[in-house]
Amino acid sequence: MYDVVIIGAGVTSTACARELSRYQAKICVLEKEEDLCCGTSKANSAIVHAGYDAREGSLKAKLNVRGNEMMEKLAQELDFPFKRNGSLVICLHEEDFPRLKELYDRGIKNGVRDLRILDGEQVKEIEPNISDQVYAALYAPTAGIVCPFGMNIAFGENAAANGVEFYFDTEVNGIIRTEEGWEISTSRGTFQTRWIINGAGVYADRIHNMVSGKNLHITARRGEYCLLDHSAGDHVSHTVFALPGKYGKGILVAPTVHGNLLLGPTAIDTENKEGTCTTREGLDQVLEKAGMNVKNLPMRQVITSFAGLRAHEDGDDFIIGEPEDAPGFLDCAGIESPGLTAAPAIGEMAAGILKEKMGLKEKADFISERKGILDPKTLDKDAYRKLIKEQPAYGNIICRCEKITEGEILDAIHRPLGAKSLDGIKRRTRAGMGRCQSGFCAPRTMEILARELQVDMADITKSGGHSGIIEGVNKDSL
Amino acid sequence: MENYEIVVIGGGPAGLAAAISAKKSGMRKVLILERDRELGGILNQCIHNGFGLHTFKEELTGPEYAERFIRMAQEAEVEYRLNTMVMDISGDKKITALNKEEGLLEIQAEAVILAMGCRERSRGALNIPGYRPAGIFSAGTAQRLVNMEGYLPGREVVILGSGDIGLIMARRMTLEGANVKVVAELMPYSGGLKRNIVQCLDDFGIPLKLSHTVVDIKGKERVEGVTLAQVDEKGKPIPGTEEEYRCDTLLLSVGLIPENELSREMGVKLNPVTSGPQVSESLETSVDGVFACGNVLHVHDLVDFVSEEAEAAGRHAAEYIKAKREDRREPEAGSAQEQIPLETGEGVRYTVPSFVRPEYMEDSLKVRFRVGKVYRNCYVNVRFDEEQVIHKKRLYAAPGEMEELTLKKEQLAEFPQLKKITISMEEA
Repeated sequence: MYDVVIIGAGVTSTACARELSRYQAKICVLEKEEDLCCGTSKANSAIVHAGYDAREGSLKAKLNVRGNEMMEKLAQELDFPFKRNGSLVICLHEEDFPRLKELYDRGIKNGVRDLRILDGEQVKEIEPNISDQVYAALYAPTAGIVCPFGMNIAFGENAAANGVEFYFDTEVNGIIRTEEGWEISTSRGTFQTRWIINGAGVYADRIHNMVSGKNLHITARRGEYCLLDHSAGDHVSHTVFALPGKYGKGILVAPTVHGNLLLGPTAIDTENKEGTCTTREGLDQVLEKAGMNVKNLPMRQVITSFAGLRAHEDGDDFIIGEPEDAPGFLDCAGIESPGLTAAPAIGEMAAGILKEKMGLKEKADFISERKGILDPKTLDKDAYRKLIKEQPAYGNIICRCEKITEGEILDAIHRPLGAKSLDGIKRRTRAGMGRCQSGFCAPRTMEILARELQVDMADITKSGGHSGIIEGVNKDSL
Repeated sequence: MENYEIVVIGGGPAGLAAAISAKKSGMRKVLILERDRELGGILNQCIHNGFGLHTFKEELTGPEYAERFIRMAQEAEVEYRLNTMVMDISGDKKITALNKEEGLLEIQAEAVILAMGCRERSRGALNIPGYRPAGIFSAGTAQRLVNMEGYLPGREVVILGSGDIGLIMARRMTLEGANVKVVAELMPYSGGLKRNIVQCLDDFGIPLKLSHTVVDIKGKERVEGVTLAQVDEKGKPIPGTEEEYRCDTLLLSVGLIPENELSREMGVKLNPVTSGPQVSESLETSVDGVFACGNVLHVHDLVDFVSEEAEAAGRHAAEYIKAKREDRREPEAGSAQEQIPLETGEGVRYTVPSFVRPEYMEDSLKVRFRVGKVYRNCYVNVRFDEEQVIHKKRLYAAPGEMEELTLKKEQLAEFPQLKKITISMEEA
């Protein structure tokens, strides 16, 4: 019997898991995919929003601002990449200025600190590649960028270190009410629990509707992105948003914490909750609109494109709380933008609710810190030499483009909730994330995975399930 | 800090030939730094034959061709380090490299030869829409899995791009038991060698669809199919021409990109057309004493020409060091006045070298270039300023086959005021 079962292992769920792991409780996480960070959390803008977008008084606004405030300390405690690079909302035409002012006013009401409106010249001064037509911009110094995989995995690992159990490849098929709480049937057996947290992303409506008559409806809203190589990473230093207007929400241009440049997203509603495909129209739109606010974008430097699904609930706000007709069940649903920013605050809020309702007591031995995978490039030369002497694998470069060593890959495999697939390695270490997109390192990473996990090469997958990479051996069908 | 006369970055065909040549030109301490586990580079996975026709007047496989150069390098006492990744080269030619045994190495070179080769263009660089499942490989990655490790990456295969690696892999996958359904090529002509189209596609009945591309990839976990469509003159897919192919694998052979990240970081000027360094007649880059050859300079079709070019780079690098020691090299060498640019005229995409300094020129200079479209019965023209000095008939020229011509030093001597050399194509 668990005290809490959390459904989903994305950033919202793992933030909840980490916060709850402060308390004396038996907790587990059920995830239908093979790893942490496999849904919305892995494919988004990787932005820590300042908090001027959401409607005053909404949960989105409140939790955005709170999540933003929490980010620095968390990034330190849990060792994930985060940088406060500031954001600009670009207003190109004088007639649109009132809408920029509206954003500013809303930001002030939402409690965003240090917001300023800059005139065109001031904008060009701090961001020289902004379009020459810039009229003004809303400058939010508190906005930032984060590694979404890094944050999600850090929450997960820290929760695991504090006793939270994780079950992967475990899909929830049904939930029934029991005397003490709930019985959850999954693809891997049943789980008994007192409480449930629903952090199922685009599937949160399906999970919610298993227990409540007050139905939720979540639309998967697809966003397509293009990622540019490091050589384009310093094209802008701030996150550059378009002013939402008659041409829609616009395409952002943002540096990433790893020095790439990200363009996107589009917004297309789809009924397919697995519809993470990119489209010709979508990618064309990204490339075309990104150039409206930022000039001379080096489009030849695109190294990959991808699509993510936002979990958009009909009510257009986060839904965090117990449905009236399903006590003991806590929704964390409709978590779309600014969900990544808000995740720590959602975790805090959810844990707060459960603490009160369940009377949870704090643990004496909570581990608040977690060390990420050591990046030897951050060491000085003497320390690096010493490391290689002790662990020669750190002298063996596997991924040429991102200069990732075997040592980092071994760490990714053997740490708690370690990587089992090429994508798992990629999200933890960046091996395969570079300009050749794993052309050179995939066979070598596969070898390491097979050796360390003691499985056959044929069992190595890209991302679990039926995503095997090789189909057989030469001439086996002849 | 170790000291070498010449450090060669990369131990593939270019690096080997350059190092051997430097040794033969009188250098004592020449070092190759190779990131892979063996010398020979990508030749090791090219187990088909057809290598060495020019160099050795016989047909060898890739590993055989590599083996001959590896042996020559050993005989010439070229030093090498394997599994060693160069992390950084400073402008004053101090190299930082990394390996398991020695950790971080610092090496001071008098001259550096860049021979890092190239990488394959990925799906992302083409922005092909669709899902991102397993089963999408660049042709070279598939080649490594099949030829060096014995694994079959898929059974029902569609290939996009008719570059040589794609064509070779169409045949290889067929021989290993896969069903290669079609090769699609965006351009109205193949980027590969004619002989590869005949021997790898025609002989196996594999259709080649020119002016076609992949417009969708299906399958969430593993590739389940791809959609091909015909494209117009601008390369845009034509609606209504879509065709579905069921397959579990998509191989991409859509171009090679010289790997110049190290070069860029050390300030070497690159040519936007080749993505390789701009070089002089001596294959010297814009950074003093840093030379380039092989696929890092511009992508070749035949390894024989890589070897030839690298041999020249090795010789020039040795000559650079000798000249410096004898104080022959003027500090202003490479200044604008004495450089005669090689300009691309009608139909020519780029030339290597980018400019010539007559006083550094050997008796004859090979200029390599590529044309922008398919020509039948055409002329290659060379103009010294406005005067035509070469007008040479060619029966056939295509973007997939590198062209070359020879400039004579004595010819240039007749034009002491020469401002530019222009190479162009002319339809007959």
